[in-house]
Formats: sequence, C-alpha cells, structure tokens
Amino acid sequence: MKKVGVISCSGESEPEGTIARNAVRLVMEKYRPGATVSLCLPLYLAGDEGERDFARRFPVIAVDGCGKACAKWATEKYSGKVQDCVDIGELLKEWGVSERLSRSHPGRLENEVTERVAREIIKKMDEITG
Amino acid sequence: MEKDMVYVIPCSGIGKASASVGREAAYTVVEDERPGVSDTLCLSLLTLGDEEAQDKVRRHRVITIDGCARDCAKKNVEAAGGTPGSSHRVHDYLKKHKDLKPEGVLDIGEGGRRLAHLIAEDVSSEIDDMVKGR
Ligand code: SF4
Ligand code: SF4
Repeated sequence: MKKVGVISCSGESEPEGTIARNAVRLVMEKYRPGATVSLCLPLYLAGDEGERDFARRFPVIAVDGCGKACAKWATEKYSGKVQDCVDIGELLKEWGVSERLSRSHPGRLENEVTERVAREIIKKMDEITG
Repeated sequence: MEKDMVYVIPCSGIGKASASVGREAAYTVVEDERPGVSDTLCLSLLTLGDEEAQDKVRRHRVITIDGCARDCAKKNVEAAGGTPGSSHRVHDYLKKHKDLKPEGVLDIGEGGRRLAHLIAEDVSSEIDDMVKGR
C-alpha cells in the first residue's frame, strides 16, 4: 500500500490550527489508517536527519490553518517539496463559514468543519495514490 | 525582558495523547486561569523561523509544555533565541499520577483533563511569580 505523508501545522493559537490537527488525526485514525504517516512538525528542527527525510520518503500533503502555511513552508525548508496542500482558512471562506470558532473547545460546528477538512485530505490522498 | 506577558507554548505532538494534554493545559492557563497575563503562539511559526514569533519569545517570559522527552517546544524556543523560564513534560506528571492516563489524541478523556489541570495549576503559579518579577 502506497503511504502518504500528511503533516499538520501546529496552530495552537488559532481555531483553524486545531481543526488542522484534528482533521489529520481523523484521517490517521478513522479514514486511512495504515495508509497515512505523519510527523510532529517541530521535529523538523528539534529532530534528526531521519525526520528531515520525511518528504523524500513520502509524498506529502501539508495541512495548514492559515495562509502563513507553516506546514508547507517548514516541510520545504527542512525536507523537500510538498505534493499538495490544504489551506483551511481558504476552505472556510469557500464554504461560507464565518462564525467565530474555538481553538480550545471544539463544538458541533468545529467538528463538522473538521470532518469536511478530513474529506478534502482524503480526496488529495486518493489523487496521489491513484 | 518584558514581564507583562508570559507565553505558554505547548508542543505540537500529533501522535501522542500526552501532547494533547499539554495543549489542554496551555489553553486552560491562557484562557481560564491567567488570561491577560499569558498567551500562546503557534509553535510552527518558530520552526519556520517567523521573525515576529521569534521576537515574542526573545522579549517575553516563556513556559514550555512538551508531550515527550524530545522536548520540541523547549528546543524550538531555544533555537529561536528564547530561554524558557520553566519547562514541563507531560510524561513526568504521568509518572507521578499513573491513574490519570489520557485516553486518546482526539479525546484525552477525564483522566487526561485532570492531568492537564494539574499542569495548568503549576504553570499558573509560575506565571504569578514571573509577573511579580520574583
Ligand atoms: S499555518 Fe497559521 S494556524 Fe497553522 S501554525 Fe502557521 S500561523 Fe498557526
Ligand atoms: S515533544 Fe514529543 S509529542 Fe511533542 S511534538 Fe515533539 S516529538 Fe511530538
């Protein structure tokens, strides 16, 4: 089975960052277990060559909370080109979600959005794996 | 060093429930226990080398909370030129409170929440000391 690297930004200070992390976890646990590999993003700097090899070993989808695109740019800075990316801020605009979201206490709306983002990630994974 | 604001920075662990406990502890501090004198920031910005985020950790007090012994939050803050005033590891708390094992990454469960609260209490009292400049 071809494995895909899915890396989330940390996004601790933004609701979209929490959505990014939780959507990646959903993909890992519920939707594509066994086909998804991930990495704690700060290990690019705090870790070793093995971790910085991530994008050379797997096609990577970066999942970012906002346009700063930390997962994308950190992957490209330390490891290699990303294959695809998800910008949750842009998706929320596209989906017309303008309510204030919580970074610390995800409720019904946050969980719905997280599910939708997980499905976006899966679509991109399926494009990569054919 | 500016003493008015303390940054509480958890690690970004995606694979361990202990990292989720660290984030919960950080949110408890900055949103419920010590709002106004504490805040958090996206650790990824430090990994990336964002100047504004680096400036924040150089100019302010920082407390890090890491999910495991790899100490990513602490190391990323140090690499950005900051010096954490104190650093915590969720694992150390778990060793002392074996009954408070978190359930999972997405839902840390009741035990995980109680563990996060214990960490938040310690961090809050450290913030009080830092803000008073003791
Ligand atoms: S992409 Fe945005 S939300 Fe995610 S870590 Fe970076 S600044 Fe935070
Ligand atoms: S400290 Fe451990 S759990 Fe946290 S980001 Fe680093 S490797 Fe992951």
